[in-house]
Amino acid sequence: MTASELIRSSAAEMAAKLASGEITSVELVQAHLNRIAEIDGGERGIHAFLHVNGEEALAVAADVDARRAAGEELHELAGVPIAIKDLIVTKGQPTTAASKILEGWMSPYDATVIKKIRAARMPMLGKTNLDEFAMGSSTEHSAYGLTRNPWDLDRIPGGSGGGSAAAVASFEAPLALGTDTGGSIRQPGSVTGTVGVKPTYGAVSRYGAIAMASSLDQIGPVSRTVLDSALLQEVIGGYDPQDSTSLTDASTGLADAARLGNVKGMKIGVIKELHGEGFQAGVENRFNESLELLREAGAEIVEVSCPNFGYALGAYYLIMPSEASSNLAKFDGVRFGLRTLPTEGPLTIERVMGATRAAGFGDEVKRRIILGTYALSAGYYDAYYGSAQRVRTLVQRDFEAAFAQVDVLISPTTPTTAFKLGEKLDDPLSMYLQDVATIPANLAGIPGLTLPGGLADEDGLPVGIQLLAPAREDARVYRVGAVLESLLEAKWGGPMLNQAPELASTAVAAEEAN
Amino acid sequence: MAAINRDDVAHLAQLAHIEMSDDELDRMATELAVIVDSIKSVSEAAGADVPATSHPIPLTNVMREDVVGHVLTVDEALSGAPDAASGRFKVPAILEES
Repeated sequence: MTASELIRSSAAEMAAKLASGEITSVELVQAHLNRIAEIDGGERGIHAFLHVNGEEALAVAADVDARRAAGEELHELAGVPIAIKDLIVTKGQPTTAASKILEGWMSPYDATVIKKIRAARMPMLGKTNLDEFAMGSSTEHSAYGLTRNPWDLDRIPGGSGGGSAAAVASFEAPLALGTDTGGSIRQPGSVTGTVGVKPTYGAVSRYGAIAMASSLDQIGPVSRTVLDSALLQEVIGGYDPQDSTSLTDASTGLADAARLGNVKGMKIGVIKELHGEGFQAGVENRFNESLELLREAGAEIVEVSCPNFGYALGAYYLIMPSEASSNLAKFDGVRFGLRTLPTEGPLTIERVMGATRAAGFGDEVKRRIILGTYALSAGYYDAYYGSAQRVRTLVQRDFEAAFAQVDVLISPTTPTTAFKLGEKLDDPLSMYLQDVATIPANLAGIPGLTLPGGLADEDGLPVGIQLLAPAREDARVYRVGAVLESLLEAKWGGPMLNQAPELASTAVAAEEAN
Repeated sequence: MAAINRDDVAHLAQLAHIEMSDDELDRMATELAVIVDSIKSVSEAAGADVPATSHPIPLTNVMREDVVGHVLTVDEALSGAPDAASGRFKVPAILEES
């Protein structure tokens, strides 16, 4: 098997080859580091990575190979490399949240999910790009430059986790970690033709994920296959006493669910409000095709209505900035990160804070902090934050009513395919509309999975299909997702990413630019 | 509901400790007015009889044993600080001298 074939395998296939001794972890990690060196740099590179952690990754790989050779019992994914969204804190690698305010910052501790990845002995390839503090749907709000979509280098890879999705889509990593507050795992998955899952709120510890909106944030897996995401969620999930919102009774048996292979007799609900008007024709076509395949496989497809979803986006854009404005108050130029001194006037802490935050935060972060401060301010609190929390109850009730009738819900993940870089930068509101189908799951805390559903007729770009299940029933989205994936791949004659364009090497250009 | 104007943004920026230039205030006021207008329907969506949800999955009485747990050493805690002295964070003057 050539290195190029190897990096195109799924994580489960890589794990099997490692277990059988067909390949070593050092070979596997080196193949991915070579791929990153070849296509990530330069003006037209993917630029999924903000930091490449080659030395440590190879050391972990060598250790895994030695342990395996000595006959030690290892975790199933031991030696399989992974990329980490740069919102999750790691010892030994910088964590920036793609913000100038944390440039070069080294965390003194590991996030719980990182501890679990180290315990499973998965080599970390590096830290991936994102919208600053995970605020955005295109990764264009990164303070360290944009990430390109491997399907079309002039288009966005989604956001905020565009780096993780692009890394996995371009075979720079088989697995990655993302975070999802309103769709930051699922929307990039949708537009890059990859798989991503937002687990049930509390199923994966948030300790060490730099908080944006604490009641919405969730860490989850990014991969190329449904089974791979299930395997990764099993590594990172479970109760953590260091996260007081961590669940003690989260879903188990995720990989088993993904391997089950049937949906006969399951009831799948199409959310009336999340397709049709406002959704691109090619997205709608691919969505209807998936419904037909599931019906042929023995699932019963019914339509359900969630009448309050129309208010979900508005409620989200009140709750999220409100929580973000208070979470980001800690970036004050005292305990970590940047300190900028005012150019004139007295040097008081308050003025240093104002200058630091002015220099350290980008436009979108400032916009959300101001919006959140507004929504929480005296006289507006009830009308804004209070109302939004009541809408949150209505959205939860809509889901409860829907799940009383069906086992899982289905919708397109995003209303459109990937848009062009720069297209929505001057229009924050139209950028926000990207998340219309993903936000309800965050408001209700339920699990959501996106998988590739084919290419849109009008532009040949990936369409994502979203599956939703009740809280703690993550296994259901893996079960249905894996079945739909195999039906679609049988139709296409292989994984959808086989249809993605070959990426030209940018290594020479990157070398010259240095 | 009141619209958001430039003076509001200037006041909010001060509350949020973010210095803003005149240009930035103008631009932010325009953008925020559009956003605030688009989300105002939220206040009409739910009646007062609907309870508020602050957390998606309610948990109560999350406690731990009252023992010293994982903590950072002083050096670790200070390792990312812009300025430190004698094992403490060092900050500029708290109050303006009068």
